[in-house]
Amino acid sequence: MAILELKNICKSYNPAKEYEGQVLDNINLNIEEGEFVAIVGFSGSGKTTLVNLINGLHEPTSGTILFKNKPIEGTSHERGVIFQNYSLLPWLTVYQNVAMAVREAFPKMTKKEQDERIKKYVEMVGLSHAIHKYPKELSGGMRQRVSVARALVMDPEMIIMDEPLGALDALTRGNLQDEILKIWELNKRTALLITNDVDEALYMADRIIPLKPGPRATLGPEFKVNIARPRDKTALNDDDEFKHTRNAIIEYLMDLGNEVASQSEAIYELPDLEPKDLRWEF
Amino acid sequence: MKEAIIKVFKKIGLGFMEPLIRLLTNEEPKKNFKEVLKRIVAPIASIFIFIGLWQMGSNSLYEKEAAYKIETTKINQGEEAAQKLKVCMESGEPKCQPNTLPSPSQVFGAYKKLLADHKRIAADKKAFKEKTATLNESREAQGLKPIVYTGRPSFVDQILTSLKTVFAGFLLAMFIAVPIGIILGLNPTLRSSINWIIQIFKPVSPVVWLLLVFMIVKTMNKNSDSDSSFLISFISVGLCAMWATLVNTIMGVSTVDKDYINVAKVLKLGPVQKIFKVILPASLPLIFTGLRITLSVAWMVLIAIELLAQSPGLGSFVWEEFQNGAMDSNSKILVAMFVIGLIGFALDRIMLFIQKMISFDKGAM
Repeated sequence: MAILELKNICKSYNPAKEYEGQVLDNINLNIEEGEFVAIVGFSGSGKTTLVNLINGLHEPTSGTILFKNKPIEGTSHERGVIFQNYSLLPWLTVYQNVAMAVREAFPKMTKKEQDERIKKYVEMVGLSHAIHKYPKELSGGMRQRVSVARALVMDPEMIIMDEPLGALDALTRGNLQDEILKIWELNKRTALLITNDVDEALYMADRIIPLKPGPRATLGPEFKVNIARPRDKTALNDDDEFKHTRNAIIEYLMDLGNEVASQSEAIYELPDLEPKDLRWEF
Repeated sequence: MKEAIIKVFKKIGLGFMEPLIRLLTNEEPKKNFKEVLKRIVAPIASIFIFIGLWQMGSNSLYEKEAAYKIETTKINQGEEAAQKLKVCMESGEPKCQPNTLPSPSQVFGAYKKLLADHKRIAADKKAFKEKTATLNESREAQGLKPIVYTGRPSFVDQILTSLKTVFAGFLLAMFIAVPIGIILGLNPTLRSSINWIIQIFKPVSPVVWLLLVFMIVKTMNKNSDSDSSFLISFISVGLCAMWATLVNTIMGVSTVDKDYINVAKVLKLGPVQKIFKVILPASLPLIFTGLRITLSVAWMVLIAIELLAQSPGLGSFVWEEFQNGAMDSNSKILVAMFVIGLIGFALDRIMLFIQKMISFDKGAM
């Protein structure tokens, strides 16, 4: 049974005019419970918009999003979000950042239970030694781990990751991929990963869906990743299935890229927007 | 140990002492010697240059004023009187000194005099208190008001009164501007509907605020016999100075980083939690910048307001000195000027220190 269903989702930032500012067009997506789905796409193709629709920060212009067969209304603790830029609160320590989520998600817990839960999750992401440090004292990878802990501590049924490792170096990235997979395999939550890295998607996901570049982005055909878990990163490079799927996806994306490039001679009318001038407001 | 000392110095705003401490402990002598020259010796040299220029300026003004004075005496009272005045001037007799910009040494003399005056008055006060102690006790037992010292306040007393007024005004400004700023920052509709009030009242001069407050307080305070001058001056100071905090708070609250707001939404924080855990800490640097401006504006307008409201303090001290025209009045006014400047500087440093203590944005200057 699908835990998340997107039906004919369109998102436009300027709904008054039919085609202008339309970011997403006719998106249909089903995610099964316990599944790890990756959406890959070029930067600027509307990935973050899609994520914000699913986590409830934005509302679609048309279409419905069902989570456990119920239309979603705003954000929810059942869907944990890991943002691209960590979004930790810089005036709180690691402990306090995670504690804020715990207090909101489990208000009925006693102080001691909350404290134990916070410590358990911080330990899970391997940051016990830095639990009382501030985000600015941590490296990028460590910050993203805090962000992971903060999302998971609420015990969400689904984790939504918006290019979580995009700002990290290759080595840290690899380590964190392993850790996220390990945590995911522990209790098999549903996971949605948005990324621009095909290898990352292949390594982590069960199913990969390319997002055609915007404006009017829509989802392409899905690619199943039939590689047994746990996957071994070094062995993966010689795996025929891996090579085959990888080539197929890259070929598809390249074709899309060329298509967009050849289309770009068409004249686009720019939206009639003016930047807001804050200078005279005060 | 050394690093700890340097850290303390930096905390209290004496970071420029760092190279000197390092030089004294023989750490990278060459580099630190250069730093000492740059950060300690050069500023001290500039102080001496300033005093030198002042001395030169006051000398030439003195000469001009003296020549004019002798000339007019000659015309009005004849050659003999002029000669007498010249001799008197050269002898350094205070009563025939020309009235002009005093020299640094005169100002320093006035400073010592004010200090001595303060010591005398303080001793006087203490003696008075001892003398009336038993009497006041018996008066209190009878339910009468105690006898208090009503003599002339010393210069230091005036400073303390001014500080009290500015502090009360600052607190008033803070308790009005920060909550209103938060409410307006959170609510764009309210903000745009009230914006005109801010725009109109922000540039109003301290004098006008004083008169407005005077009109209101005078009537409200009709039935009480308490002295309303303190009330009037601190309320005016608060009203003049609160605008910087108000505008900065609105700005800070309404432009909180969208990422933080998204976090608050995703965690489903309630409105109170959202304000106190996310919005306030995020806008604290801007609020504090506003508070710093408010404090310095408060200190600046205080002098003008005290001067007009006839409430005791540095402002009225300056005004009285200007009015009484004694020999050393000008020097005393300059002493007051330096004291005002130094206290203003110290207040700003204190605010910066508090800001660094409680704000996450440690890089703020």
